[in-house]
Amino acid sequence: MQTISDKQGVKRYLINLTVNGDEYSPVIKGNTLLVNLLRDELDLTGTKKGCELGDCGSCTVLMDGKPVDSCLVLALEADGCEIITIEGVAQHGELDRLQRSFIDNAAIQCGYCTPGMILSAKALLTRNPHPTEPEVRAAISGNLCRCTGYVNIVKAVLDAAEATE
Amino acid sequence: MNQTTTTDPKSSARAYTHPGLPEPADKDYAVIGKSKPKIDARVKVTGQARYTADLKFPNMIYGKILTSPHAHARILSIDTSEAEKIPGVKAVITHKDVPTLKYGISPARWDENIFCIDTVKFVGDKVAAVACIDEETCYKALKAIKVEYEVLPAVLDPLHAMDEDAPQIHPEYPLNKNTEIHQDFGDVDEAFSKADYVRTDTFIGNRTYQAPLEPHTATSIWQDGKLTVYSSTQSPHYFQYYIAREFGLPMGDVRIIKTYVGGGFGGKLEPTGLEFAGAVLARLTGRPVKMFYDRAEMFAHNRGRHRQYMKLTTGVKANGRILGVHADFIMDGGAYTSLGIASAYYAGAMLTLTYDFENYRFDMNRVYTNLPACGAQRGHGAPQPRYAFEAHLDNIAKELGIDPVEIRLLNARKPNTVTPNAFVVNSCEMVACLEQARDVSGWAEKKGKLPAGHGIGIATGSFVSGAGYPIYRTDLPQSAAMIKVAEDGTAATLYTGATDIGQGSDTVLCQMAAEAMGYTYEQMKIVAADTETTPHDFGAYSSRQTLMSGAAVKEAGDDVKKQLLEMAGEMLNLPPELLDVRSGKISAKDNPETTLTFEEAARTFFVKKGPLMGRGSYAPPKLGGRHKGAPVGTSPAYSFAAQVSEVEIDEETGEVAVLDVWDVHDCGQVINPALLHAQVHGALYMGMGESIWEEVRFDANGKIQNPTLGEYRLPTALDMPRMHSSLVPSYEPAGPWGVKEVGEGATIPTMGCFRNAIFDAMGVSVNSLPLTQEKVWAALREKRKADGEDVWDPMACECFIE
Repeated sequence: MQTISDKQGVKRYLINLTVNGDEYSPVIKGNTLLVNLLRDELDLTGTKKGCELGDCGSCTVLMDGKPVDSCLVLALEADGCEIITIEGVAQHGELDRLQRSFIDNAAIQCGYCTPGMILSAKALLTRNPHPTEPEVRAAISGNLCRCTGYVNIVKAVLDAAEATE
Repeated sequence: MNQTTTTDPKSSARAYTHPGLPEPADKDYAVIGKSKPKIDARVKVTGQARYTADLKFPNMIYGKILTSPHAHARILSIDTSEAEKIPGVKAVITHKDVPTLKYGISPARWDENIFCIDTVKFVGDKVAAVACIDEETCYKALKAIKVEYEVLPAVLDPLHAMDEDAPQIHPEYPLNKNTEIHQDFGDVDEAFSKADYVRTDTFIGNRTYQAPLEPHTATSIWQDGKLTVYSSTQSPHYFQYYIAREFGLPMGDVRIIKTYVGGGFGGKLEPTGLEFAGAVLARLTGRPVKMFYDRAEMFAHNRGRHRQYMKLTTGVKANGRILGVHADFIMDGGAYTSLGIASAYYAGAMLTLTYDFENYRFDMNRVYTNLPACGAQRGHGAPQPRYAFEAHLDNIAKELGIDPVEIRLLNARKPNTVTPNAFVVNSCEMVACLEQARDVSGWAEKKGKLPAGHGIGIATGSFVSGAGYPIYRTDLPQSAAMIKVAEDGTAATLYTGATDIGQGSDTVLCQMAAEAMGYTYEQMKIVAADTETTPHDFGAYSSRQTLMSGAAVKEAGDDVKKQLLEMAGEMLNLPPELLDVRSGKISAKDNPETTLTFEEAARTFFVKKGPLMGRGSYAPPKLGGRHKGAPVGTSPAYSFAAQVSEVEIDEETGEVAVLDVWDVHDCGQVINPALLHAQVHGALYMGMGESIWEEVRFDANGKIQNPTLGEYRLPTALDMPRMHSSLVPSYEPAGPWGVKEVGEGATIPTMGCFRNAIFDAMGVSVNSLPLTQEKVWAALREKRKADGEDVWDPMACECFIE
């Protein structure tokens, strides 16, 4: 990994990562969090910050297909990884079936948890296309929602799974 | 606040004829009553929706606030010189750099300063602020500010705040009394003397926090003497009013723009240090300043639900008929007033709604303590007193051998009645809610017949559909709206000050606009909650927007429709009263063959007359009695609800599993059923969290022990019971199309409902919230001991003896 140092001797690292299919080579500090790289440097503000402690799941992104709290991941750790954020879920303006299902099931209120919820659900449906309700609840249990009581979110994920071949 | 008022209920309730409309015979609506998708759903599922923290401006810098580490201390000195030397620090400010005018959201008690001057009053009180080129530098700068404190004795126990020898928190409010209320309606003593049974119970409510997922954020920008603040706010209007007042600016030079907001639940109703400090930092640096609270700072800023000590005495006849009630409460207000005066009045005022009794006395002291300030949380002052009253009523029912549903049906309020504290109730389906809740929950088959460890409980609730009076005294209408139809008629934009914080007001107001105009929802656009471009509205609190903002929107839509049909009449050579418009199609009432589209008529209107625009506003009639505090709790209309829950208790561990909750609501005409039931789900979720897990806890020095979402115990998807939300038919003459509130009302019965289910299951009463596993376990243990059972005492076990 290429490094350079500033006047105070603080190191910067050049990392390579793919975000939503695009390749980036940002120069970051050792303490830069993945969530801040995405939001501040790449302007992908669909990834939200709710607690910066890994409690709320608002900053969930997919890292090599696995849902992670991007506030608990150093940008350095994402070197060489493929990241999917909420901006990368719809393809060419076509909503993903999960996104469609969240709309149809009134599963969105304030919308702050929605990006993280959709990504956790997407990871679930990728590894388990036909989950049971308890499996859905377990898969999104790391994503807090303060508005919906999870009722319509669970319904939305189950509906999207049902629509899957 | 110290005067006692006695009011005869009959004289205080003025003769009241409602200006509203009778229920229409034909409710064949084209747009309302339908589950339209949320107008902002697509931007929210794609990540396009920009919340305040997502906004970037050229040359923007970042700001943070330094807070007090002590619950109560005198500030001896503040030295900012080291912080100022750090590269990247652009400004450091203390009380010397900001206006010293005290502020607050309640005009009767402005008791906050932007920064503390002499003393800090809770762990988290604001002392100084910095603006820096990035967040990391902000934290370095905060650490470099040196504050010398002399630690003072603190008031942490609200029950001792009024002691003669208690430390004084605000010199101007002796005995730490923030709000003292004594209200007396009818003759409670006489009612008790006539009663067959008089009972007193005492309960404690927990301090909870709204915990919206989006942290508070504000970005302040000065341009040409005008201050613009982008904010995660529930009320751009109150922010504008109080920020303008603090800086001596005309309101026209303060612009508040709400972005998408990640939940509020009451916590984002009043401006915070972020707006005040941010505005000063932005002026000093000449740069946009983004300020934000992290999660722990949000907990410290707080403004959540008050901890409340509630003593209730009720006299009833042998058949369970309530004759009189005395509520005697103490509230822990924390260090400042926030919206707490209203919370204190609400706590007592709302107890008169669901059951009909004539004699009522309410005594309250809201006291200052050296803890974070409390304010309005979903349901405002109502849920905890309702928990206490519903538990108290079940105790009475059990003593008298009456079924909990029956005692509630016997006392249930009826429509077109007046409460002892002079609230006029128009529509009220309390009886229907109770009966439906009883039936859908299978009460008759379950009560007394469930297996061991299972229980079933019932409780009621009611809430305002908009506070009858604004927070500060003004003759501004509650709501106003404008609709502008595009030149070619293919779109119409609703301009409203109403504030969507996730509950869906943008969506339902667009449905209402389209219904009134005879247009389609799909063609509606909205510009909302920007004090410069949208007409005045007080914002999202007291469940006011569907009724109040909706009334203004309906009037604006009716205005468009009238002008459009006049133009169509000219075009078709027909008198306009013979025409109607629905879903964008104009037709003659007696000849469906004669048609014109909305677009054609709107376009012609623009060509001949200029912009096609509608205007509307709404002010409620004068409401309430004449006693002190009479305005608090008034509303044009009240929602009613009954909830039943079924629980399963683990007798060994005390763990409470809520299996099912049935909510039955009387909320008038429904605009969007899907969003309405989603509001009930969310209200139940918050109610359940507060009932069983959530509590802000403090250590012996007044520091919050659990300022994280995990340790505060926000429920997850794995914790939720099955929820069943249903409605009873209802029509409210005071609301547009007959609407009432739903969003806060469903939080109100929940705590009492769970307590009563636990009471039914185990015969033990848990008299404080939250109804935790530990408390249920301890109560079960006490009961076993009382029953003469040999109970193992874990604390006496040798393994606990060192």
